[in-house]
Amino acid sequence: MTTYLVPLVLIGALASAGVYLLLDRHLTRMLLGLLLIGNAINLLILTVGGRSGNPPVRGRISDGETTTADPLAQGMILTAIVISMGIAAFVLALTYRSYRLTRGEEVSADPEDTRVSQMSGKDASALDEDRPQPGPARDADAPDELDALPGPQGPR
Amino acid sequence: MTTASALTPLPVLIPLVGAALTLFAGRRPRLQRVIALAALSVVVAVCAGLLYLTDRDGVLALHVGGWGQTVSGMGPLGITLVVDRLSALMLVVSAIVLLAVVFYAIGQGIRDGDERQPVSIFLPTYLVLSAGVCMAFLAGDLFDLFVGFEMLLSASFVLLTIGASKDRVRAGIAYVMVSMVSSLIFLFGIALVYAATGTLNMAELAVRLDGVSAGTRTALFAVLVVAFGVKAAVFPLSTWLPDSYPTASAPVTAVFAGLLTKVGVYAIIRAHSLLFPGGGLDPLLLVAALLTMVVGILGAIAQSDIKRLLSFTLVSHIGYMVFGIALSSQLGMSGAIYYVAHHIVVQTTLFLVVGLIERQAGASTLQRLGGLAAASPLLAFLFVVPALNLGGIPPFSGFIGKVALMEAGAQNGSVLAWLLVGGGVLTSLLTLYVVARVWTKAFWRSREDAPEGHLAAAAPAALLDDSEDIELVDRDDVGRMPVGMLAPTGALIVVGLTLTVLAGPIFAYSGRAADQVLNRGQYISAVLGKAP
Repeated sequence: MTTYLVPLVLIGALASAGVYLLLDRHLTRMLLGLLLIGNAINLLILTVGGRSGNPPVRGRISDGETTTADPLAQGMILTAIVISMGIAAFVLALTYRSYRLTRGEEVSADPEDTRVSQMSGKDASALDEDRPQPGPARDADAPDELDALPGPQGPR
Repeated sequence: MTTASALTPLPVLIPLVGAALTLFAGRRPRLQRVIALAALSVVVAVCAGLLYLTDRDGVLALHVGGWGQTVSGMGPLGITLVVDRLSALMLVVSAIVLLAVVFYAIGQGIRDGDERQPVSIFLPTYLVLSAGVCMAFLAGDLFDLFVGFEMLLSASFVLLTIGASKDRVRAGIAYVMVSMVSSLIFLFGIALVYAATGTLNMAELAVRLDGVSAGTRTALFAVLVVAFGVKAAVFPLSTWLPDSYPTASAPVTAVFAGLLTKVGVYAIIRAHSLLFPGGGLDPLLLVAALLTMVVGILGAIAQSDIKRLLSFTLVSHIGYMVFGIALSSQLGMSGAIYYVAHHIVVQTTLFLVVGLIERQAGASTLQRLGGLAAASPLLAFLFVVPALNLGGIPPFSGFIGKVALMEAGAQNGSVLAWLLVGGGVLTSLLTLYVVARVWTKAFWRSREDAPEGHLAAAAPAALLDDSEDIELVDRDDVGRMPVGMLAPTGALIVVGLTLTVLAGPIFAYSGRAADQVLNRGQYISAVLGKAP
């Protein structure tokens, strides 16, 4: 099977632009990235489905070509397009909702993740610890008259 | 038309028809519930019938519309549905879990729901999800598998963001984006496989891929493993899961945790054993399995919210299944299959119990919980049985599955396999530590000792999560646990115990399933109608 370079370069370009957009935090750009990658892959399916110019109907001749064009590749692309259209509509609805809720469309980090990652080792051990029990106060300095006074810990 | 070929499409058809009917019945909640329950009950019966038939007659293949072998030299042209022992077992376990969870969700909605609850959306979407899960297990064609994935994913997007509160929208965006990227990688893999072989039918692929050069085969397998690895949450592709699952409502999280990742594991089994046997990625998969187990459970230790904690144990235990698959031995595969069945049931049960805890105590984080054992001994019992099962305490099914996997690892005998056996034991112990921590904090200590024990959610949330935090003393009494939520949780615990009591026959069955998966000849000849 001969393959032409131009569609492959186009597929590569679409996919890399899509990945670049997908790495953004803006929802619209992420959606555009998804759509670009989806188109790149659809084009790839079309490219692997056989060379162009074949007749779509069995038994016909088109421009000197006799092999029937592969209908499966087009069927798959059609399915993929329908699916990505549905998902795109859903993502747009989600974007709008997110905009209504936060007045922005940047995706924020997971607050629970941030909380856990910012804890020091000491915080982590005290995360859901029982309420600290009042322990005996450590009184290491030299005894003086204040220690004789009655206090919360009693006289020392 | 035989019984088998009549039954095969039903697990997909019935939920889809049910989804359409529930949409029509959107204004009549009672009718909607009846339809959903009836549809999923019939699916359980059909799947049980399929399990019996496959175990008796071998692999069942159905060429939908009769588009089977048409031209010699070309694979089947139409949609092929295939049931072998592995997919039949997956179907039965999933159908039981789906039925139990819908029962739970309905019970919760009836007791705690009000007119704002989006039940009229929930049930049709849930049925589409069920159809998608069954479709993925039945698919005999890579593209059908893709369509099955997309069905269950689109439904799961809606279920995850139901109510569209701020948290859920944020979690939903991350989930949608990651899932779509994995689907695109899958589609990319499909395009490459099609370019290399000119077919997508799995049986035909199994034959044709043998003629493809080893390097290309490994590359194709790697693309598919990445796509399925994201869905199955295999480390390092697992970080999306604990971020997105815990924000959903309890029944939604339960069904996601039980089923969606296992569909990914199922797809890995198919790709690994049917399409690319000896695909050359076993060492990589073993390392990924080890890291999944250990990193996942270490993540669980750091969490204080029970839902997040359980999500991390979910990720961690996916490692056991990948371990069994990557060993490429009969014992490893049968251990993995048994473990998948066990884990679907146990993980779902635990999330349902967390839903009950959330309802009764008004919180799901260990910072607020305490004193539940005294408040409700029944709830404590419901938690402790699946928790010990997850931790792998004998004689529960988790222990049996883990022992089978350890034996398979020892049988393999390589250094890497022994490392995994060690990692598996460590993970098992740490899982026990994690659930024991939940037990001592949430159930044993008194609630006054919890750092935030005085706070609670205002009202039991059925499907929405918009309730405010209030002082615990001001919280209305929620009453006893509703039977509609208790019964399905109890039923799933019984199913989990059945996996223990009937471990002999069930493990023998998963052994036969593993034989069938590893000897591809039966699958190929059933679909192509000839000896390979």
